[in-house]
This record gives sequence, C-alpha cells and structure tokens, in this order.
Amino acid sequence: MSSIPNNVPTDVYGREVKRQPGDHYLNHGKGIKSWLLTLDHKRIGIMYMIVVLTAFLLGGIFALLLRTELISPGLTLGPVLGLNEDETFDFYNHMFTLHGAVMVFLFIIPAVPAILGNFVLPLMLGAKDVAFPRLNLLSWYFYMAGLVFFVWVLLSGVLSSAGLIPDSWGFGLDTGWTFYTPYSTDTNTAVTAAVMGAFILGFSSILTGVNFIASIHMLRAPGLTWFRLPLFLWALYATSIIQILATPVLAITLLLLIAERLLQVGIFDPALGGDPVLYQHFFWFYSHPAVYIMILPAFGIISEVIAAFSRKHIFGYKFIAFSSVAIALLGFIVWGHHMFVSGQSPVANAIFSLLTFSVAVPSAIKVFNWVTTMYKGAIRLDTPMLYAIGFLGMFLIGGLTGLFLGSLGTDVHLHDTYFVVAHFHFVMVGSMMFAFLAGMYFWWPKIFGKMYCEWAGRLGAVVVFIGFIATFYIQFVAGSQGMPRRYATYPDMFWTHHFVSTLGAYLLGLGLFWVLGTWIHSLVKGKAAPANPWGHNSLEWHTVSPPPHENFAVTPRGSDPYHFDDWHYDKDLDTYVLDLKEEKPAPASDAPHTPTTTG
Amino acid sequence: MSDTANHDHHDHPPHLAHHFDNPRQQFESGKLGMWVFLATEILMFGGLFCAYAVYRANNPDVFLYAHESLNTFWGTVNTVILLASSFTMAWGVRAAQLGQKQLLVTLLCLTLLGGTGFMIIKGIEYTEKWEDAKWVGTWNQYHPGFGQPEDEAPADFGAGVEPEAGVVPEDSPRVEDAEAEAAPGTIDTAPAASGFARPRLADDRVSMIRPAAAASAGVRPEVIEGDDIPTVRPGYPTREQMGPLDRDRTHIFYQIYYLMTGLHGIHVLIGMGLIGWIAVRAVFGHFGPAYYTPVDLVGLYWHLVDLIWIFLFPLLYLIH
Repeated sequence: MSSIPNNVPTDVYGREVKRQPGDHYLNHGKGIKSWLLTLDHKRIGIMYMIVVLTAFLLGGIFALLLRTELISPGLTLGPVLGLNEDETFDFYNHMFTLHGAVMVFLFIIPAVPAILGNFVLPLMLGAKDVAFPRLNLLSWYFYMAGLVFFVWVLLSGVLSSAGLIPDSWGFGLDTGWTFYTPYSTDTNTAVTAAVMGAFILGFSSILTGVNFIASIHMLRAPGLTWFRLPLFLWALYATSIIQILATPVLAITLLLLIAERLLQVGIFDPALGGDPVLYQHFFWFYSHPAVYIMILPAFGIISEVIAAFSRKHIFGYKFIAFSSVAIALLGFIVWGHHMFVSGQSPVANAIFSLLTFSVAVPSAIKVFNWVTTMYKGAIRLDTPMLYAIGFLGMFLIGGLTGLFLGSLGTDVHLHDTYFVVAHFHFVMVGSMMFAFLAGMYFWWPKIFGKMYCEWAGRLGAVVVFIGFIATFYIQFVAGSQGMPRRYATYPDMFWTHHFVSTLGAYLLGLGLFWVLGTWIHSLVKGKAAPANPWGHNSLEWHTVSPPPHENFAVTPRGSDPYHFDDWHYDKDLDTYVLDLKEEKPAPASDAPHTPTTTG
Repeated sequence: MSDTANHDHHDHPPHLAHHFDNPRQQFESGKLGMWVFLATEILMFGGLFCAYAVYRANNPDVFLYAHESLNTFWGTVNTVILLASSFTMAWGVRAAQLGQKQLLVTLLCLTLLGGTGFMIIKGIEYTEKWEDAKWVGTWNQYHPGFGQPEDEAPADFGAGVEPEAGVVPEDSPRVEDAEAEAAPGTIDTAPAASGFARPRLADDRVSMIRPAAAASAGVRPEVIEGDDIPTVRPGYPTREQMGPLDRDRTHIFYQIYYLMTGLHGIHVLIGMGLIGWIAVRAVFGHFGPAYYTPVDLVGLYWHLVDLIWIFLFPLLYLIH
C-alpha cells in the first residue's frame, strides 16, 4: 500500500485508482455543450461556482470603492474620478446599493446551497443525482437571467451617460438593496430591472429548494435514516423550507413594486392611498427569513468541519438538527424587529423584540454543541478548521450584538448606524463567508480531485481573519458613537474609525485574492487527492475523488456520518483509509475503480 | 440531456430516470416536488390576499362601493366553467391511469376548452372595464391623475397642483365641490382636517368626461356617461355619501382586482400551455397505467388554479 507514489489518486482503502478517460464527471463529456446542457448535479455545482464567485468579485469591487470613498472625510474618490459633489454622492449611493444588492441576491443567498449544496447533497445521500435534474439546470439558467438583469442595471449607467439609451429608461440603482418605497417608486433609476432580476433569482432559489426537499425525502441511500443524515443536510433541509415559504412573498412584493412603478397602482404610494409600511412588512417577511437562508447552510458546514477535524462524534446531534429547523420556523415571526422605528405599535414592537430574543436559544445550542465537540478532541488545525474556528468567534460577536439591536431601547439609539452595518457584516460576511470558505477547502479535494497547498491555505485564513476584524470591529465603535450608515462623508471625529476600516478592507480583499490564488494553484499544480483526506465518514467520502459520473460504483449503505473509528490515518499516503472489517477485496486490477461500499 | 440519453435502459422501464430505483420512487418524488411548488404558489397569492385584507380594512366603503361594478353574472359563469374543467381534468387523470387513451385526449381537450372559455369571458369583463375607464393607474377614472397627458400624469403627479391641501383655487372646480353641492349634508368636506395632505389636481374630473382633444391624443378610454355605479342594495354607500378620500381612492379596488385576477389569469394561461403539451403527448400514447406522472402533476396544478379562483370570486365579486 505504502509503495504508491504520493500523487496518484487512491480509493477508500488506500489502493491506487487507475483512472480512464471519461470515468469521472469532469471528463465524462467534452465541449462547452456538455456543460451547458448537463443534468449532472456536480457540473451544475461547478457552473454555479464560476458565476457566483464572479458576482462575489463584482460585489467586492463595489465594497472597495465604497471604503475608498470613506478613507477620509469629505469627498475622496469622487474628485479623483472627475465628479463634483452631487455626482460623488450619487456615485456613492449607486455603489453601496449595488454592493448590497449583488452581494445579497447574487452571492450570499445562493453561495452555499447552490455551489456546495448542489455538489455535495446527492453524494451525501448516496444518490446518483438530485430528484429533478432538469429543474436543477433550469434554476441555473434562472440565476443567469437574474444576473443579466443586474448587469444591465450596471451597464445602463454607462450607456445613458454615453447617450446610447434615454435617461427615462433609468440608469444605475440608488435605493439600497431593500428597494424601500416610496423612494423606489419615484427614483429615476433602473429599479424595475433590478427588481425583475431579484424576482427571477427568487425563482432560482425556489426551484433549488423544491429539488433539495424532494431529494432528501426520496433519495436517501438504504440505511440512511433521518437521524443519520449529515448535519449539513439537515441545515440544507431547513434552508429549503425557508426558501419555499418565504421567497414567494418576496416575489409578489417585487411584482407589486413593478406594478406600482409602471402603472401607479397605489399599493405602496401614500399619495395614492397606499401604505409604504406594508412594503416593509412584505419585504422583511421574506428578507428576515432570508437571513437564515444565508446562515443555516453555514451552520451545516461548520458542524461537518468541526466534527471531522476534532476526530470526535458531533456532540448533541439531534439538538443541532432540530435547532436548524427551530431557527427556520422562528425566523418567520421576527421580521418586525427591522421596523422598530417605522411607527408600528409599541405592542407589536415589544412582541417582536421578545420573539427576536428567542432565536438566540437555538443559535446558542449550536455554538455550545460545537464547542463541546471540540472539547478533548484531537484537533487538527487544517485550513477548513481555521475558518471554522474563525467562524465561531465571528458568529459569537455577530450574534451577541444582535441582542443590542433586538432590544427596543438600544435599537432606537443604534438604528441606521454603523453598529448595524458591523453587526450584519459579522453575521453575513464573518460567519457566512467564513463557513463558505471552510466548506470550499473542506470539499475541494472531493470536487476537483486535487489537494490544495496547506500552508498557503492557512496563511490565507489568517489574513482574511485579520482583515475582516480590522474592517468591521471598529465599526461597532463608530456606530455606537453615532456614525450613520449610508453616508458618503462624515465629521472628522470618525476619521480614525474609517481609516482603519478601509485599510482592513484592503487587507481583506488581498486575503481573498490570496485564497483564489490557492485554488487556482491547486487546479494547476495540486497533487492528486485521495478518496478521504480528512477521515470523515459521511457518504461523499466513500467514493473516489473526483466522483465518477454516477457518483458511486455501487449504491452505498448509510451509516452514522460522525463515526470515525473505521478510518485510520496512513502516514505514507497522508490520508485516512478505511479499515477492512471483512475479507480484503481483491486488489484493483481490471476495474477502473472498485466498489466503495461500507457497512 | 445527453447525460441521461446515453444511459442504457437494459434493466428498467423506459420512463424511469436513471437516478431513481423504481417507478414508484420517481412518481412519489414528482408528486412531493409538485406539492411543495404549489405551496409556494399559494404563498405568492398570499401576499395579494394580505394586501386585499389591509386595503379592505383601511377603505371599507371603497370596496363596498366599487365591487358593485364587477359583473357577477360572468363571474358566476366563469366559476362554473373552471369547476367543470377541474372535473374533466381529474377524470382525465383517471383515464390515464386506466390507459383509456381516446378518453384522455377528449377530456384534456375539454379542459383546454374550459380554460379558453374562462379567458374569453375574462377578456369580455376586462373590455367592459376598459370601456368604462375602470382600468389600472391613470387609466382609471377615479385615479387622481386621470385625464392628464400620459407623460405628465404618473411621474409629475403633484406638479401643477395647490401647495396646500384644502386650499382650492377659485377657477378650478373639484369633484368634491360639485358633489358637495349635490349632497351638502352627507360628506366630509374637510380633507385638511383629516391630516391627509395629498395635493389635489385641478382638472376636468367634475363630470368624468374627458375632453375630446385629450381623447384623440392618447389611448386612454373615454367615459361617455357619468361615473356612478348604479347602487341598488340598501345600506350601500353611494358616491355622494363616500368621503372625499374614499372617492379618490376608489381606483385602489380596481388595482387589487386586476392584480389578483391578472396573476390568476397568467396562471390559467400557463396551465393551458401545460395541458396542451400533455394532450399532444397523450395523442402519441405516452401515458398508461405504468406512467401517468405528468398528467397527474399538471392536474394538481390545474386544481390549484381552480382553487385560487374559488377564493377570488367571493372576495372580489360577492362579499358585501
């Protein structure tokens, strides 16, 4: 066994896998058409990876432009670009709106379910594909259509200033990502196009949710009972519930907004007898649960990573599983905390405040369980684990500052300040993005069949962590001292805060490019990945890396995903291999890859 | 597509996709997926029902007054048609299960016919409303921007009006004034006192008859007669008895009506497309006792379309 050279792929028993052309999903078909018409969930996951990461890059560029404008008081970036005061403010409004809208609708919401969920979910189930492969491909095309609308919003600014389209078509977007009425019904920007884009992206989200729920219900491998599901699947299941229950409400809200803009229907416009606060109710009835669409899959990844790198059975499996569902359900009844200062009744405020606190209970259950899992574990500080530990810190800070904002008195003081900005960046970027990166590194060997450079991955994790803390931690201070959000300029007293924050943002950007670099390096120069580099026991690690077109040579049997005793570390191969309990299968000679069943 | 196409079918039925173990699992998956999707449809309409509830609670008189103009006769006929088409659809699923190909095709065509009839009647109703200038936005005679040139009405709403509510230039007669004279004792003539400072338009809305010049300039419908909906039921507000704000907001009812029935109509059209597709496949004999999943799923969708109408019809046409 140990005579195998270090850069050939091995199967779960540590035996060399002789791969033939066309026997894994990456080389199963050739040409662009075999990708664009594929029904293979793994390829669809890769296609999502490419476009979602592109959207992330776009949103990141807007973020850096924002932070650059804010590096000093007064006008900074605008004059450099040749803009006068008003134009600078417009430019800033457009940039923060697009940063928010692109990041929320095109990156944070789809990132984990669409990329990692699509790739991993059927593998974890021991299935050949998701329940509805065509629908899965369709949802990718819906995503692309939504992306096109957002790109149009971007281009329209350029085109209209070049005189190629009339100004009345609207250009750019300056409403903030929430499209609050009545401003969004009045502004002469491309709100309709952006809203249409978000509407279509919602469809993409709904179809993915439908697919995941049907797959988890119907396609589990023999022996994979509900309480043997990996916790990532429980998290995706809870996420899908939110996606299918909340997204349609956003859909109708956005349709009403479009109708309002095009036909003056007077649903939201107070001048026509409408109610702008109704828009806020509708919007947050979706968008608060959407916060959990963003964070629940992250919880799932963290559960997998912490168990794998602590070499311990996850502590309190059922508590973690049910807390995901509890968060999903509680998420529907707390939307009013976004509207404490909107003039809703004090009774409603008090009730929403109380309900908001209740979300802290299942969240805390998860954190305690993760920490307890690590306790006395054999912890390996590989890159995914570094991100997971970073996540714990971020989520703790993000979650606890949420209590300040859920409390009525403090919220009135902190409302619409940088405290809020820092809070939701800690939850959405600190927590969700760290978990996403943890998941990307965790499943990278499985997805591409290549290992990444470990020291480079760790260095990236540290740089991203420091950059993130530098950017956002100080914003809590600025916010509590009264720095309002969404302002392009500010009094001198906040100079230090913004200066530090902007430098942190540059460092964060640098770290993320470094991360991208480690991925590209891995694709080009990475050594071949074994079947199970981390010794995790969920089913996706029971097939070779990258998986064959049909995922498994033989349908596997489900077992406890956090039972690691059957896997032992092989020093020579630098990977975990499966102990053979029964008789040793004959060495692989003619078969391209051997069956990978396990009991 | 190529991925499943080149998968050989040596050990399972032709309709079984390669990632399912058996036809039963495939059927159950499709059914579950469809039910979950239908749940999202109901929630999407839920937003509109919610808007309906809010605006009905806020403007009870408007809803009472305006819903009288809906054509209950055609609404009833449409309800019957849709219910009947739901029945033929359900029967069609049964026919598919029993492998009665000819009957299945007939029933699907009848269902399609029902959908067509529904849309035609909806078209008749919409046309009636269009001719009465009871349309959306500034095409609605009750909309404050009605009768203005199209490019000014929506965006510049509020321009060219009095700066202060309740102060009316002498030379600009208003609806309220005209109607206040008709029934001086019954209406609230002090919009400013209500705290609602919406600017008022000074235009030709006294008689709701559009000037001929404006009529020839735009595509807006023309109102030939007065705008009053004949009120027969005792206890109903007449236009004179409604407050001035309610009179200005009568258009809200129509907008909710069009949004709800319009979205429902789009669903009917989609359903008709699906039924047409199923009918073509049925002609080619794709369905039988072993495989009728698409018929079943389209049937579920069609029943949902029917179900939503069952809620829309009383809410919009009947409740008073």
